[in-house]
Amino acid sequence: MKKTIFIFSFIAITAFSCKKDVAEQYNSNANAPLSIEFDNVVGGSNLQLNTGTYSNAKNETFNITMLRYFISNIVLTKMDGSKYTVPQDSSYFLIDESKPATLSPKINVPEGEYSKIDFILGVDSLRNTKDLTQRTGVLDPTGDAAGMYWSWNSGYIFFKMEGGSAASTQVNKIFQYHIGLFGGYATATLNNLKNISLDLTTRGVAKVKTGKSPNVHLLVDVLKMFNGATNVSIASNSVVMASPYSATVANNYQYMFQHDHTEN
Amino acid sequence: MKNRKLISVLFISSILLACTKEVTQVFEGFQKPSNFPDPVYKFENNRITKSGFELGRKLFFDPILSADNTISCGSCHIPTSAFTQHGHSVSHGINDLLGTRNSPPIMNLAWSNSFRWDGGIVDLDLFPIDPITTHEEMGETMSNVLLKLQKSASYKAQFNAAFGSEEITNIKMLKALSQYMLMCVSAASKYDSVMRNQQKFTTVESQGYVIFQNKCNACHKEPLFTDNSFRNNGLQPSEINDQGRAMITLASSDKYKFKVPSLRNLGFTAPYMHDGRFLNLEAVLEHYNSQVAPTPNLDPILTNGTTKGIPLTKEERVQLIAFLATLDDRNFITNPLIAEQ
Repeated sequence: MKKTIFIFSFIAITAFSCKKDVAEQYNSNANAPLSIEFDNVVGGSNLQLNTGTYSNAKNETFNITMLRYFISNIVLTKMDGSKYTVPQDSSYFLIDESKPATLSPKINVPEGEYSKIDFILGVDSLRNTKDLTQRTGVLDPTGDAAGMYWSWNSGYIFFKMEGGSAASTQVNKIFQYHIGLFGGYATATLNNLKNISLDLTTRGVAKVKTGKSPNVHLLVDVLKMFNGATNVSIASNSVVMASPYSATVANNYQYMFQHDHTEN
Repeated sequence: MKNRKLISVLFISSILLACTKEVTQVFEGFQKPSNFPDPVYKFENNRITKSGFELGRKLFFDPILSADNTISCGSCHIPTSAFTQHGHSVSHGINDLLGTRNSPPIMNLAWSNSFRWDGGIVDLDLFPIDPITTHEEMGETMSNVLLKLQKSASYKAQFNAAFGSEEITNIKMLKALSQYMLMCVSAASKYDSVMRNQQKFTTVESQGYVIFQNKCNACHKEPLFTDNSFRNNGLQPSEINDQGRAMITLASSDKYKFKVPSLRNLGFTAPYMHDGRFLNLEAVLEHYNSQVAPTPNLDPILTNGTTKGIPLTKEERVQLIAFLATLDDRNFITNPLIAEQ
């Protein structure tokens, strides 16, 4: 009996100490890396540029030849509700499916456990009005952002997906979705910026600590661009750019982000 | 006493000598004409220097900015035509491709808060990306322009002179182009001299000025002769049905609106309107007199009860055209500083 109690105590102590180990000590004055992985998928399938064949709610079969979108203004929230805003100049990322290095952007944030992540899908309106010298890196309209910027209607393209489909009404059977518009300069126009907010508590908070490399793994289901509140049809809308219908496409794709798990 | 006089004479003559020297050598930079309002361009982001301006001028007239090295900015913006493509209704790009709109003048851009006939571009520094990358204009990529510039030793030297390093970037290139374009200031017409009390209008010019003030000044506001707004002046839409400003704002209330162009240098910039449909000023005035079409969003100024347009008698038109000729600035189109070197 005594032996049993002893064993129980031992197990209890071990379990307790294990728990103690889990509650790590964080130094909120030290910054450590965190990566956010944008794992682009199409429904239940991996996205394979050019070769993968998929179909949407309108039963249109298609492939995808290009997928690029801007992520910006990342804000992380700790378990206690305190927020950390990533310095804006380090908070613009251009996710490009054809460039694997762009799919897991890294940021530096104070140590701690983060349970929520917020970001803008697109480039915020203020940055759309900045001087050229503040449009460097992925925001350089003459460099990395060429193709993600409308030269004739000053502004960034937030989301760009192109591909082919027999359903397309275009001569070369392509579809092109170039979605931008940040609300206008002098005259108010359509605003397709989307705030994305993802709760990490269910699938695993991010434990940021020096010496570790936590990775928040998101699944980005681009099929949601087609299938949503309004099902987008390639046959009816093969090409959507700066037009009122872009709002329908953006309203659909804002739901494409889902937290899958966190590798701590 | 005699010595003193001699010294004074020497002193005065040396000042005179220095003055004449200044005229030919000193780069004065951007000067706001006394009868103009404050410019809107943010000069604090791009200080104009002699070497930056000269680099911009070289770039402006260099066809390597186009895909096949045949078309420069200056091809469609010819200085002697007040920086328009005289005689072309719409712009003519590489491979004989035609655009859909008339090349507007590069003139007094420091006072403009938007660019293009539809105002789609709001920062002059961002402007050149549009014609350089547009398929039917220069059809090039910015990254390839950069590669071409980087191969040139003379450009390396000029970028170094302008920006303190041989590194050639698109940002520097665009800032230099802005410096050049901002220097294209037209403010030396007869009208300007009259406003500065240096000259007087003739009788017919004065009569024309009165008509202008009564019938044109609401949109073509002095002294820039535009209020920078977007308006539908009642042109019957052409076959391509250009939507104008609505292409930018997506608002049906902006359909068929285009930027109010300046009336300066009309004598050098025919043909007129966003699509170059009118070959001479008589045709333009006839449009306002009798051809204004009741299209959606027609400017309220052009409607008076059931009457559309601006009634102008034959005599008034002659007087108005005489006044408009006082806005032609020969100094501007012959200024060697901004001409192709």
